[in-house]
Amino acid sequence: MSAEVAREAEPVLEIAGAALRRGDSELWSGLDLTVEPGEFIAVLGPSGSGKTTLMRAILGLQPLSAGSIRVAGQPVQRGNPRIGYIPQQRPLPPDTSMRARDVVALGVNGTRFGLPIPRRGDRARVDALLEGVGAAHFADRRVGLLSGGEQQRLRVGQALADEPTLLLCDEPLSNLDLANQVGVTEIIDRQRRERDAAVLFVTHDINPILGRVDRILYIAGGRFVLGTPDEVLQSRVLTDLYGTPVFVLRAGDRLVVVGAPDAQPHHEHDHDEDDA
Amino acid sequence: MMVPLFDWSDIFSFQDYGDLVALLANSIIAGAVLGIVGGLIGVFVMQRDLAFAVHGVSELSFAGAAAALLFGGSVVAGSLGGALIAAILIGVLGSKARDRNSIVGVLMPFGLGLGILFLSLYDGRSANRFSLLTGQIVSVSSPDLGWLIGISAAVLVGLLLMWNPLRFDSLDQVAASARGIPTRFVSLAFMVLLGLIVAVSVHIIGALLVMALLVTPAAAAMRVAAGPLTVPLLAALFGFVSAVGGILLALAGTLPVSPYITTISFLIYAGCWVVQRSRARVKRRSQPVTSAAA
Repeated sequence: MSAEVAREAEPVLEIAGAALRRGDSELWSGLDLTVEPGEFIAVLGPSGSGKTTLMRAILGLQPLSAGSIRVAGQPVQRGNPRIGYIPQQRPLPPDTSMRARDVVALGVNGTRFGLPIPRRGDRARVDALLEGVGAAHFADRRVGLLSGGEQQRLRVGQALADEPTLLLCDEPLSNLDLANQVGVTEIIDRQRRERDAAVLFVTHDINPILGRVDRILYIAGGRFVLGTPDEVLQSRVLTDLYGTPVFVLRAGDRLVVVGAPDAQPHHEHDHDEDDA
Repeated sequence: MMVPLFDWSDIFSFQDYGDLVALLANSIIAGAVLGIVGGLIGVFVMQRDLAFAVHGVSELSFAGAAAALLFGGSVVAGSLGGALIAAILIGVLGSKARDRNSIVGVLMPFGLGLGILFLSLYDGRSANRFSLLTGQIVSVSSPDLGWLIGISAAVLVGLLLMWNPLRFDSLDQVAASARGIPTRFVSLAFMVLLGLIVAVSVHIIGALLVMALLVTPAAAAMRVAAGPLTVPLLAALFGFVSAVGGILLALAGTLPVSPYITTISFLIYAGCWVVQRSRARVKRRSQPVTSAAA
């Protein structure tokens, strides 16, 4: 009983004193972040600030230069089934010879080495995942002919295959139209509400998720601030972070950050880092 | 009366056909296995955008075989060596499509040039020279045929053992590595398998024509199917029909095998293209202007 309670309370993600340097330049250092089950955290910052690298470190694909990361109490490991990773939408080639369900099925069977023999329950699992992301009605169509929003739903379905407790979303809404941004966000957020999964959501536009975010991690120029949206999204706070005048403007229920330099001068050489 | 410039019996003549088939049973088996494995691996060649790389590997394989011919080694071993070196080089240096194409573009003429150099220095039977470029399965010796069949079978097993991770990696390398698939290992292992099967193809249809068995059947299958089972099965079937059909037809004449194989494989592709086009037209007519879903 008490063990059950202890596990309930265990944070999904604990980052302590983490630092990451690449060659001579330090992307960031002294990062502390503890994420509880069911928390929705947005990661903001200019391109090249190391948001994607943070994701890769949590996935065990990129060693830290200092500090530690624990996922569900365990040190990072490659292929951790407790993490679901949702990448950016990139259009699949039109001639890709897969159906929608095959993309989702890779989340179920894609990591299995050995003869590709389907296991009992695979098909039902894939059907359930397709249903969950609203893709059941185009399950048998070729993926290359689907719209960006439809393709992105499949990626989410693929990432949810192992019922992860931590969802890492790396710009999952970019290249999507507004309706699909809302739709995909809703699917991700439902996973948080119904399964108590924690969400780490890298984005350059906070607005589509503003109503759902518990805390924001804003990284810029190797430094960062962490707090609730109201605490972080203030002209004074971001001006301090960037070291240059930055304004947070409110237009209705939308927020616009004005004056933020897009990339940090000393990181310009890894400009495409967030696309990698 | 016009006298034809060639004799039709060179192209088709079914005298003593049964005896010929029995005599060349091993060649036919080799063609069958290569056709099937070539079709299967072709699906990944297409998905990983490696068609040009296949061509580059085959030219280095040709150079390796020519070197073996000149220095008196085993031609099969030479072709394997050349193909593996090229495949691994491309796999290690060319993980991005752009880099890969430039590496292949550099390797290909180099390999072809080396091969031609070795062949011009070689003063043995001239039939051997030409056959490496355009293929002549019927002139491969029996022990060598055994090797070709064995290597193809090994590639088939290797391919099946990493089938699912390879599909994942071919679709989305970023997501695959996030899920813990060792993508570097998978890519390199695939290039090794590809190198092996290219070397086999060089002996059967020749370095210049390997695409007819490693690319065309899969490309044809992908035109008419999309399922995880139907695409590889159709590709394997197309490869099998091209290779075995080509060899059987070639036995009836005195011409090389390769033109028969390449022609059958091309006709299958053309047929699939027509099927795809007519399906698309039917679909367009049956559901006019659905609102822009894209």
